[in-house]
Amino acid sequence: MRAKALLAVLLIGIILFWAIEDMPAFGDPQAPATQYTGELYINSVLPDIGIENIVTAILASYRGFDTLGETVVIFTAGISVALLLRRGGQL
Amino acid sequence: MRENVVIRTVSRLAVPFIQVFALYVIVHGASGAGGGFQGGVVFASSFILMTIAFGLSSVKKRFNNKWIMICSIIGITIYAGIGLLCLILGGNYLEYGIIEATLGIPHLHGYLLDAVEVGIGITVMAVMTSIIYDMAERRGESP
Repeated sequence: MRAKALLAVLLIGIILFWAIEDMPAFGDPQAPATQYTGELYINSVLPDIGIENIVTAILASYRGFDTLGETVVIFTAGISVALLLRRGGQL
Repeated sequence: MRENVVIRTVSRLAVPFIQVFALYVIVHGASGAGGGFQGGVVFASSFILMTIAFGLSSVKKRFNNKWIMICSIIGITIYAGIGLLCLILGGNYLEYGIIEATLGIPHLHGYLLDAVEVGIGITVMAVMTSIIYDMAERRGESP
């Protein structure tokens, strides 16, 4: 069983190292990940919203509904922990 | 808990600076690295430090479970209320540009983002502190 697991790990590792060659270089402007929406956000955040931080602009304005959901998830997690650990004490 | 002068003095000095830094991180979200989630966690870490140094019961005197629940609800209400304000002024939900266009105040969009970050920060701070309180109580006695 250990030999099989070792074989699987080695095989997957070799495949992953093989795939590294096709990765774009770090910070490459021609990489596919920086080609489409990144350019759009960099050009349109300042005229649209007027703040410098692109990450906050995407987080709170373009994806505002998503962030509201995240906040509700955190709130729900807190409520759940209180319900599980406090066991009917006073809130 | 054993009395330890060094721990208590250092944390008494450190807690205000941690809280000021947390407020800086929250408010600085629109113009640099920062945001509500990070700042809220940093603020909660000051309460964790106080719990470790002074014990759970003395921290709970300043910030008890009732106020934690009120704070976490206030944070979400700020966020959802700003979204609802956009709806009232005739836009879509969370369409901040409508508020800026209707009220005619320049740079209001960025300030609304700051208000949203403050709401997120209040909720995250309260929830993290609540989890720490519950886990510290789980040990049996309050130290």
